[in-house]
Formats: sequence, structure tokens, C-alpha cells
Amino acid sequence: MRHLRGLCLGLAAATFGASAVAEETTLRLTIKDHHFNPVEIHAPANSPITLVVKNLDATPEEFESKPLRVEKVVAANAEITLRLRPLPPGSYPFFGEFHEDTAKGRLVVE
Amino acid sequence: MLGALVIVFREVIEAGLIIGIVLGATRGMHGSRRFVIGGALAGLLGAGVVAAFAGAVAEAAGGTGQELLNAAVLALAVVMLAWHNIWMARHGRELAQELAGIGRAVAEGEKSFPALAIVVGAAVLREGAEVVLFLYGILASGESGASLLAGALGGLALGAATSSLVYFGLVSIPLRHFFSVTSALLTLLAAGLAAQCAGFLQEARIATGLSQVMWDTSAILSDTSALGRILRTLIGYTDQPTALQLLVYVGALIFIWAAAKAAAPGRVEARAPAE
Repeated sequence: MRHLRGLCLGLAAATFGASAVAEETTLRLTIKDHHFNPVEIHAPANSPITLVVKNLDATPEEFESKPLRVEKVVAANAEITLRLRPLPPGSYPFFGEFHEDTAKGRLVVE
Repeated sequence: MLGALVIVFREVIEAGLIIGIVLGATRGMHGSRRFVIGGALAGLLGAGVVAAFAGAVAEAAGGTGQELLNAAVLALAVVMLAWHNIWMARHGRELAQELAGIGRAVAEGEKSFPALAIVVGAAVLREGAEVVLFLYGILASGESGASLLAGALGGLALGAATSSLVYFGLVSIPLRHFFSVTSALLTLLAAGLAAQCAGFLQEARIATGLSQVMWDTSAILSDTSALGRILRTLIGYTDQPTALQLLVYVGALIFIWAAAKAAAPGRVEARAPAE
């Protein structure tokens, strides 16, 4: 029982402990006429990324990306901020779930 | 039109499967329908409110409002499901008698229906908010609204039909297995919701540890495919779970199972002192 407490504390620390602070990158993306602009955005590898998505349309969109593990609604004429963990090099596609055929883009990490 | 159908179908399925399970698990229990309908209506109302305030919600809590709301609603559903299972472990025998039409009818107030109503309401709120926002987008854009709306209604109908398959499957289970099957399903459901909750906490960067992806089975069964989505809701399947999600999933399973076992009344004592 004594060890259970230590185990729980250890797990809590592992889950909620702050990650080491590396230089952060901020990227901006807009949605207009159900298209992302720019379609391709770039970020350096292993650096935490802040992605600001601004919706210039009068209707909402849902920003979604499985590799980035993000699913978030952007209201009309509003913007959302996404905080992405540091990523290894690669191409991470994202899309707008409400307009999947036109709202497509990718984040290229190199 | 097909696009609208698919989008609405996806969201409706996630709430519909939960409603189907809850309705199936409370079949024949007096007064259960009222609570489920009430929960669903409350959830719809809440969905409308959340959709209306989507912008403010997203900006809240330093930009993590949406993830936090999702996590909180999911956590509430998990707690309610756990409570229901524990309650059932304690009172299942009496309810089985009521179902079989013999002997003791459990008084309505004693039942766990309010907890299940909250589970239903939580599911409808989460998925309903997205549907409301999507439909609002269709109506506001004015672009061939009629065909898109038809697609949306088609998605709703299809989602309801698929969910009712779950319901009919459950009510066809013979009584002697009924409680063990439904409590197993509800436990898996709760564990899946708990893992989703953990996912949102990680998305909000509140939980930053244990984020390694444990495996990738998207080639075998992607959780964005139709079957994958259904399994995701029913048993919490994801094709790329993080360590935290796995931990929370297993932890929830163990906790609910153990708590229900502890709550179950002991075997009826021997009538005569044992030799």
C-alpha cells in the first residue's frame, strides 16, 4: 500500500510534468472559401509549435489532423490556437472536416 | 449531398451507439425511457448552447476551452457509467426479478437512471454541438442548402438505423446473460470514453507526459473507417493510442470491474450452519 502512493505520484509526475523548454515556432494559417492558405506550412523538427488558425469564412470549420492528434472547431470569423508537441521530420496532413474536398493542407517538418 | 450525409452520420453514430446501449441495457425497466429521452433532449439543448458559444469556448482557458469542455463532458460520462455499473452490481438481482416479472419491483427513485440520463446527455451534447455547427454552416452559406440538408437528414436516419441494430442485438440477449453482457459493454464503453478524455487532455497540452504512440494498427483497421469508428465508440479502439490513453483505458477497466465486484452482495448465507 505504501508503494502504491509512490507509484501514483510517479505516474502523475510523468503525465503532468512539464516538457523541457525548446525554442518555439509560431505558424499562421487562414481558412478562406473553405481552403487553407497556405496549403503547406513549414516548421523545424523537435521544436514545440504554436499554430494559429484564423477562419475568414462566415461559416465554421473543424480543423482535424490524425498524425497531429488534433480535432478542433474554428467558429466563423474566429481563430483558434493549437499547441503541437515537438515533431520528428515528416509531412503531417490536416483537413477541414466540414469541407473535406477543398480544405486540405500539410505541415512539413524538417 | 453525400459529404453532408457522411459527416452527420459520423457524429450521430457516436452518440447513437451509446444511446442504443443504454436503451438496450435498461430494456423492460419501468421508467427508463423517460430518463433517456430527457437526457437526450437536455443534451440537444446543451449542444445548441455550446455551438452558439463555440468561439468563446475555444478562446477560454488560454485557447484550450474546447478540449477542456470535451474532456470534462467525457469524464462526467465515465463517472456516471462507473456508478451505474456499481449500482447494478449491488441491485442486479432485484432488477432481474423485476424483469422476469416475479417478485420485487425496484422503486424508481432507487434506480441508476439519472446517471444513465447524464451519459446520454453528455454523448448528445458532444456530438450534437458539431452537427449543429455543421448544419449552421450549411444554412448560413446558402450554397445549394436543400441538397445538403437532405444529405444531413439522410445521415441522421442512417446513424439512427445503425444504432438501433445495437439496441435490437442487446434486447435479444437471454435474461440469464443479460446483466453480465450489458455491464461488460458499459464498462468497455466507459474505458473508451476515458481514453478519449485522456486524448483531449493531451491535445490541450495539460497532460504532456506519456505521449509516445504505443502502436499503429491503422493499416489493419483505421479508426476513421466505418467499422473503426463503431469500434472506437463501443470499445474504445484507436489505431494509434498514446501511452497515457492505454494506461487510462486499462485503469478504468480494472477500477470499474473491481468496484462492481466489491459492491456485489455476498452469496446468500447457508440456511443452516455449515457442518
